Amino acid sequence: MALKGAEIMKMLPKTNCKECGCATCFAFAMKLATGGVKLDDCPYIDPEVKAELEGAMAPPMKLVTIGAGENALVIGEEEVMFRHEKTFFHEPGIAVLISDKESESDIDEKLGRINDLRFDRIGNVLKVNLLALSKDSGSSAPFENLVKKAYEDTNFPFILISENTDILFSAAEMCADRRPLVYPITGENVSAAIPRLKELGLPAGVKGHGLDELISITTQLKDAGVEESILDPGSQNMLEGIRDQTLIRRAALKKGFRPLGYPTMAFPCFMSQDKYEQALTASALMAKYAGIVVISLTEKEFVFPLLVHRFNIYSDPRRPMTVEEKVYELSRPDENSPVLISTNYALDFFIVSGAIEEADMPAFLCIKDTGGIGVLAAWTSGKFTGEAIAEFLKKYDVENKVKHRKLIIPGVAKKLKDELEEELPSWKILLGPAEASDIPKFLAEKWKV
Amino acid sequence: MTYEAPLEKHPVNIREVVLGEGEKARKIGGENTFPFHSFEGSLPNLQGLALEVLDIHPQNWATWALEPFKDVASDPVDWAKKCVEEYGAEILCLRLLSTDPMGMDAAPEETAKTVRKVVDSLNVPLIVLGTGTEDKDSKVLIEVARECSGKNLLLGPVLKGNYQEIAKAALEHGHAIVAQAAMDANLTKELNIALCKFFPPEKIVVDPTSSALGYGMEYTFSIIESIKQFGLVDKDNMMQMPVFSDVAAECWRTKEARESEEQGILWEATTSMTFLLAGANLLVLRHPTALRLIKKMISS
Repeated sequence: MALKGAEIMKMLPKTNCKECGCATCFAFAMKLATGGVKLDDCPYIDPEVKAELEGAMAPPMKLVTIGAGENALVIGEEEVMFRHEKTFFHEPGIAVLISDKESESDIDEKLGRINDLRFDRIGNVLKVNLLALSKDSGSSAPFENLVKKAYEDTNFPFILISENTDILFSAAEMCADRRPLVYPITGENVSAAIPRLKELGLPAGVKGHGLDELISITTQLKDAGVEESILDPGSQNMLEGIRDQTLIRRAALKKGFRPLGYPTMAFPCFMSQDKYEQALTASALMAKYAGIVVISLTEKEFVFPLLVHRFNIYSDPRRPMTVEEKVYELSRPDENSPVLISTNYALDFFIVSGAIEEADMPAFLCIKDTGGIGVLAAWTSGKFTGEAIAEFLKKYDVENKVKHRKLIIPGVAKKLKDELEEELPSWKILLGPAEASDIPKFLAEKWKV
Repeated sequence: MTYEAPLEKHPVNIREVVLGEGEKARKIGGENTFPFHSFEGSLPNLQGLALEVLDIHPQNWATWALEPFKDVASDPVDWAKKCVEEYGAEILCLRLLSTDPMGMDAAPEETAKTVRKVVDSLNVPLIVLGTGTEDKDSKVLIEVARECSGKNLLLGPVLKGNYQEIAKAALEHGHAIVAQAAMDANLTKELNIALCKFFPPEKIVVDPTSSALGYGMEYTFSIIESIKQFGLVDKDNMMQMPVFSDVAAECWRTKEARESEEQGILWEATTSMTFLLAGANLLVLRHPTALRLIKKMISS
């Protein structure tokens, strides 16, 4: 929980030595409260007080890393219950479940499919993040083979799942450099697990039946020096999941309750046999606070909507979403295809490009960088004026892409038409429809070379 | 540190709105907590899920969206009947596409008669939506209100430019309305305040307008969440109307929904579930499988 400057002040040496660079201890305390200086800058602070202050000033939800290198998943340190209050910071991991009971050829095929679950969307790569490797067979060999295969054939971070703690940790040792999440750490095995977790430096996948049990386990882990945990409250269905995830997040953020101040995980793969229901449960629990969802889906039709859902919910509402400035060639246009222009505000882009695709007519869609603001605001602020658009057409050599000289502009920008007619005397400027949904009709009726 | 479940109670309720009349009637809203939060509050009514019916033959629909209705798509009465009897729809939404002034531009009187026929053939509540064209909608919806007097239809969209005429007719003939203001909670509130000067708040459902998964879904999600927060947490009684989300048309327009049947269904169902999580009380869906899925998920 954030501390106020006055509370910090009480704990400082109050010598006003100025060695931290601040004029007084009080100034230092005020700056510390807002993150302007570091606690280490005070050379005379009592070590015990320092530890206490660090604890009190730490983010209410721990940041946890699974995996290593560029594929590592980093979750936690969320600050709000509702994305419009600020933003959600760390996209939840989507993990695909693989059992050691599956045949080697099935596993190969599945890994291939999981690798293919990568999609480009407005300059972002949407992909599955983790493999959840599960020991369901009777002996250790199939599980070790599975872990070895996943380790050798893929770059994904892992969640290792086994009820047998010895097997769990011997598998973890095989891939410790990839920093797997070991699961489940329970009330029964936590004492045995603590030394192994510490020795291998791994995060703990904590499972409790309900929040009380979770609290007792995370308290033991924390006391023993295991700092990184991910919490599974054992929810059996979507409703329980929403309840448990909400209470954990609230306890952490609104009450500053440390034993629940960790990111969470949920298992939609065990909540429904039906693929649609599983996908819906996973998206619901991502919107409502799960840090990792484990699914058993690998079909593009089921996973892609989940990836887009996560991308949407975790987009930052404080920043306008933008797309890259360029001339987008939709459905392979040729020299007789229409040329349209709009802003790089992502929503405008999606709606306009969707409408053009619906029109079933190849086209050049010119997207001018306006800093992500819409047509009228961009025109007012000089980013979408006749002059700016004339420059754009020149920069992207649009005159050599088409034979005709007709430019379709957004219907709301009536004044822009006059400006463009002045700037581009060789072009005929067509005022498009005011609503993007009327573009198909507009093109069908008005477009001819 | 001792743990005490951080439950949150709100001393106010979202208004309960009745759709339909007599034995057909059904209620939405009435909750005093966030969606699915039965662990800390009361949610007396399940969210309403409507299937859409068009008054003209669908143009340009994905094959798998049309397939369930292809034998009835030319007749709104048959279409409506199939939605209820075969697909278990408990509410219907009749979209008056024939009245589009840029299209067929059907006359208000003729349209009102079609609506009446659908209403008379149904035993479930009916939502009736115009095309969002202010002038034409006000003519059409006033005529519909009169023709179906006393049926307690849910009429919309009622916009800033036509709310006076439509709401007046709805009041006179006993209908509820959908007050629509695009993507801005403040505009939603402004329209509610203007309406409530002469129209009963318990007959208003608000529509902050919807966008599909991948096409701005998060904007709708956050606006619905903030409307519900204003209503429940800040106790703003002009923000306690149930929320309406028209998911169907937005979702099925996307290229992703048109790529494959499974993906299309999930596109619509995911968008729907997301809006329900934000607090939507009434949805319009297109695909019967999406309806069945969402119904199962919210009632289990």
